[in-house]
Amino acid sequence: MTDLSLSNQAIAGKTAPPSEARALRLPTQWLGVAPFFIFAIMFLILPTLYLMLGAFQNDAGEFTFENIAALAQPSIVAAYWISLKVSLASALIGAFAGLAIAIAIVRGGLPEWIRSATLTFSGVASNFAGVPLAFAFLATLGRLGLATVLLNTVFGLNIYAHGFNILSFWGLTLTYVYFQIPLMVVIITPAIDGLKKEWGEAAATLGATQAQYWRMVVIPVIWPSFLGTVILLFANAFGAIATAYALTGSSLNIVPILLYAQIRGDVLHNAHLGYAIAFGMIVITGLANVFYIWFRTRSERWLK
Amino acid sequence: MKSGKFWAWVVFALGAAYFFIPLIATVEFSMRMRRGAYSFDAYQIVLGDPRFQATFGYSVLAAIFTIILGVLIVVPAAYWIRLRLPQLRPIVEFITLLPLVIPAIVIVFGYIRMYGSNSPLPFLATDMGTNALLVIGYAMLALPYMYRAVDTGLRTIDVRTLTEAAQILGAGWGTIIGRVILPNVLIAVLSGAFLTFAIVIGEFTMASLLNRPAFGPYLQNVGANRAYEPAALAIIAFAITWGCMSLIQILSRFAPRSANRPN
Repeated sequence: MTDLSLSNQAIAGKTAPPSEARALRLPTQWLGVAPFFIFAIMFLILPTLYLMLGAFQNDAGEFTFENIAALAQPSIVAAYWISLKVSLASALIGAFAGLAIAIAIVRGGLPEWIRSATLTFSGVASNFAGVPLAFAFLATLGRLGLATVLLNTVFGLNIYAHGFNILSFWGLTLTYVYFQIPLMVVIITPAIDGLKKEWGEAAATLGATQAQYWRMVVIPVIWPSFLGTVILLFANAFGAIATAYALTGSSLNIVPILLYAQIRGDVLHNAHLGYAIAFGMIVITGLANVFYIWFRTRSERWLK
Repeated sequence: MKSGKFWAWVVFALGAAYFFIPLIATVEFSMRMRRGAYSFDAYQIVLGDPRFQATFGYSVLAAIFTIILGVLIVVPAAYWIRLRLPQLRPIVEFITLLPLVIPAIVIVFGYIRMYGSNSPLPFLATDMGTNALLVIGYAMLALPYMYRAVDTGLRTIDVRTLTEAAQILGAGWGTIIGRVILPNVLIAVLSGAFLTFAIVIGEFTMASLLNRPAFGPYLQNVGANRAYEPAALAIIAFAITWGCMSLIQILSRFAPRSANRPN
């Protein structure tokens, strides 16, 4: 159907005045991208707007701030708080560990195969999330997990007697780190590759010590992409539910699990409060992404 | 620099330990089913479970439909934007990033409220409609990866010249996209397809909230009720992810690199 456009345009361009030719062309121009936009509007933008508007309506459909205000009840605030803590902690640990690994494989003078093996493995591990990841950590650090048992029998350290529990803040954080570190490695390695050798040589020529070179050249150049990636990791963890749900059931009340329970059975007894929780999640991940894009544009200046 | 190398090895060893211990522990745990001896009993039970076969088959089918839908939506759009509407690129790139911003659980919540049985478009009224909605949701989750893969592929070929050559030979748009552009970006499309497969196969949130008999909810159900089978399933899932990523790596070796001509 769109094959009218080119032949028509060629003829129309010659015979009709430009304005008319444009009028003929415009609709067919859009046909190529129409499915994409219809799809995005129907199944991404409208459903999200529907929830966002619903967050500001009561059952009668009138405008209200009550639902947003109701987010302040202790159980919901606690859910947001623990979600923020887990996301932030796993993002920071994942980011620093991932950065260390990326620097080690790029600049540490390790054999080339280690670099490619690490990057391949990172690609796999960053996609190994969800329910199976929870199983793996239960088999490792659960009460009968290999690491738990070995620590107890070999080192005499019973981590559960010392207050550790896989179904807790630290248990969940440690599990999330499993996909956070590889994601950091995958994203930050090109940035470290982008550090030009000449900068090190220039710094050395000017008499800089190794420490000065790192403090005054490397860190300022990497900083924006590092921060940007931390934020990406944060948003990544904040929206995740499957791992936490399979790991802890509903014993650890993070926001996505609360929302999940609300969708399944209206546990809050107020449909519009569910919308408000979803709205809160969008605001948090949305803000995170605004910062991410901001840092990203700053980092691209150096890493061409 | 000697000490630098030492620390690099230390960091690498610590990282390797963190990543391999859970894998080793899971393999070990999955083989503990028979008392006193290592065995593959857990794997046998899992693979022989009819629900495993049914849910896995369902998810494979969902993944295939997701890939087809994703290709149908992304390839024409990415092609057309390169050829005719470069001014739309920022908007389209922004939209393709949105599924990373809006959590999956929020997207599916929106579907449930908007496309319920009483709505003008009652997807959720029938089983087939719900299946379709799940595939649509999956295509949305995979959109950022699919778009990026296809766009990268298109960058390496000369879209304009190929299109004009095909037109001179009398090809219509369907022929151009299906028989000229698609084969040229096939490797990129396949990379996107395998990544989509890895994302979709064990997906839990959407399938569970739409009540579909998919692999993700099955995994969760086994995890809540069994001891050794979950570990076996985790190893199987890891192997599938590994397989998909390896295929992408292998494919990337065949991808054209040098034909980069800016349009």
